[in-house]
Amino acid sequence: MTALLLDVQDLETRFKTRDGYIHAVNGVSFQLREHETLGIVGESGCGKSVTMMSLLRLIPSPPSEVVNGRAFYRQIDLLKASDDEIRRLRGSELSMIFQDPMTSFNPVLTIGAQVAEPLTIHRGFSQEEAMEKAAEMLSLVGIPNARERLNNYPHQFSGGMRQRAMIAMALISSPKILIADEPTTALDVTIQAQIVDLIRELRNELGMAIIWITHDLGVIAGLAERVMVMYAGYIVEEATVDDLYDHPQHPYSIGLLGSLPRLDASKRHRLISIDGLPPILTQKPAYCPFLDRCRYAIERCRKANPPLLEISPTHRAACWVNPKTGKERL
Amino acid sequence: MNQRTLLQVENLVVHFPIQKGFLFQKTVAVVHAVDGVTFQIHQGETLGLVGESGCGKSTTGRAIIQLQRPTSGKVVFEGHDLTVMDGEDLRRMRRRMQMIFQDPYSSLNPRMTVHQLVSEPMAIHHLYPGKARTERVAELLNMVGLNPAFANRYPHEFSGGQRQRIGIARALALEPSLVICDEPISALDVSIQAQVVNLLEDLQESLGLTYLMIAHDLSMVRHISDRVAVMYLGIIVELTDSATLYRKPLHPYTQALLSAVPIPDPKAERKRQRIILQGDVPSPIHPPSGCHFRTRCPLAAAICTELEPEFREVSPGHWVACHMV
Repeated sequence: MTALLLDVQDLETRFKTRDGYIHAVNGVSFQLREHETLGIVGESGCGKSVTMMSLLRLIPSPPSEVVNGRAFYRQIDLLKASDDEIRRLRGSELSMIFQDPMTSFNPVLTIGAQVAEPLTIHRGFSQEEAMEKAAEMLSLVGIPNARERLNNYPHQFSGGMRQRAMIAMALISSPKILIADEPTTALDVTIQAQIVDLIRELRNELGMAIIWITHDLGVIAGLAERVMVMYAGYIVEEATVDDLYDHPQHPYSIGLLGSLPRLDASKRHRLISIDGLPPILTQKPAYCPFLDRCRYAIERCRKANPPLLEISPTHRAACWVNPKTGKERL
Repeated sequence: MNQRTLLQVENLVVHFPIQKGFLFQKTVAVVHAVDGVTFQIHQGETLGLVGESGCGKSTTGRAIIQLQRPTSGKVVFEGHDLTVMDGEDLRRMRRRMQMIFQDPYSSLNPRMTVHQLVSEPMAIHHLYPGKARTERVAELLNMVGLNPAFANRYPHEFSGGQRQRIGIARALALEPSLVICDEPISALDVSIQAQVVNLLEDLQESLGLTYLMIAHDLSMVRHISDRVAVMYLGIIVELTDSATLYRKPLHPYTQALLSAVPIPDPKAERKRQRIILQGDVPSPIHPPSGCHFRTRCPLAAAICTELEPEFREVSPGHWVACHMV
């Protein structure tokens, strides 16, 4: 097994609003190992992005505050590191790519200047050296005529090319961890296939670990080795990718997988929908946050919010009920 | 299946002129949004229209319902050519065809209550006067799974999925026969998407609706549709029933599109052969000569540059526009 790279314990983030606190992340713990690809799946508002933004300290405080938790990256607690230190890490070892390639670039700076920036700021490269490396990186991510393209502005790039340029910018400093927050959601499906393919190649070539945040269970199936499902600020299930798709253990994961039509389905069947809506997180629920939408709920679910229970050494789920038998787990 | 044709679209063309100048505007270029599409929709079926952004699928939908007047071509609905109708005649036809829009956040007037929103179409068409209208609103809200007690609330008090239900109730208020759904679920969360898709299927069964389902999500379109048309850069490249589309796609674009759609199953994903298309979709201002897809096509030959492929029926009900098939 490869070395531990990131160790997050009990992360809790909340937002202060006029109507009180919104508890966005409610005690999230996970580990990431070297060269591993970890998928985080969940719907809007489940806390998947806030978790990552909290770790990289990218959310403004106020309104947000990290009230609890530790996040060790090589003996450094990211949550307590000084601003300088976290900035240095963000520019070199921990990179992030964002969902929207249209708004993540500065429109008045050239692509070259933005892709090269981490090297001049953090690595002490000269402008020429940095530009040289940026051109290399852009051609690595598949942008034709990379050298001429350095002088282009973001609006001269198509959506797919901008996402490629963002990947080049994130990888130029050879990060150990790449955090990708819905990097293909804004793209068309044939362009998405290009980008996923590219990330797969780069992962093998450069050997970074990847945390891939998405709401799309399809994309993650072909990419991740391990997947965490988030709901209402909690990790509700964590498993290897095969275990999760073959034997989902949390009713929410079961519902999510059942609600997706499959392209390779041979005949039409009714989709399994999850009734109701996700809870509004103005207070941390004392019972299971999925209770109101759950078809397996038993008395115990009303009394206590289940922690992640071990089902096998590689599979954990936060549910009192075994969905196969419908009975309480022992 | 009853094969009565409800809608016949013939050689539909929508071009948007790009104009320059202030006082003396002149057209400097033309966006070829829809470049000649032909298809029929049968009574009671669901026809899916898929394609990537900018392929002209939404413009096709809008041109059918005459929200966008076509540049040329015919749209024959229940025996009437809509492209030559206007004013009161056209408005009367619109009772029979309604649209559900993508974004439930912007397609409902935030200053109107649910009751006002759902009853507005009836007021415009002078239907269900007086108390009957309130009853009809309640009936419609029940039909789409909303509590009629919420009729006096405003759209912002509802979630995305509930708002889309309000949009559906509004579209059904006039008992249309054809409903054009333009990306009805793409703004919704995954677990809510299935709720709305199931609702649309139930309504089709109970009310005998005919759908034109416009979307970019091929697995969802294939799930809900009887037949699927695939669009690329303003033209339909392939049209067939949804089983054949997956089992035996003929057009190289359809093949690439199918192979690009991820399947939520790690084992299936590992076994798949992907066709990765190179580059981006060309600009619809200057679509390529001959076949629109030839610039990204792995099979392109000399003839594809010279001659636009004919949209032809290669086996019963299976239409393709490609020289290489």
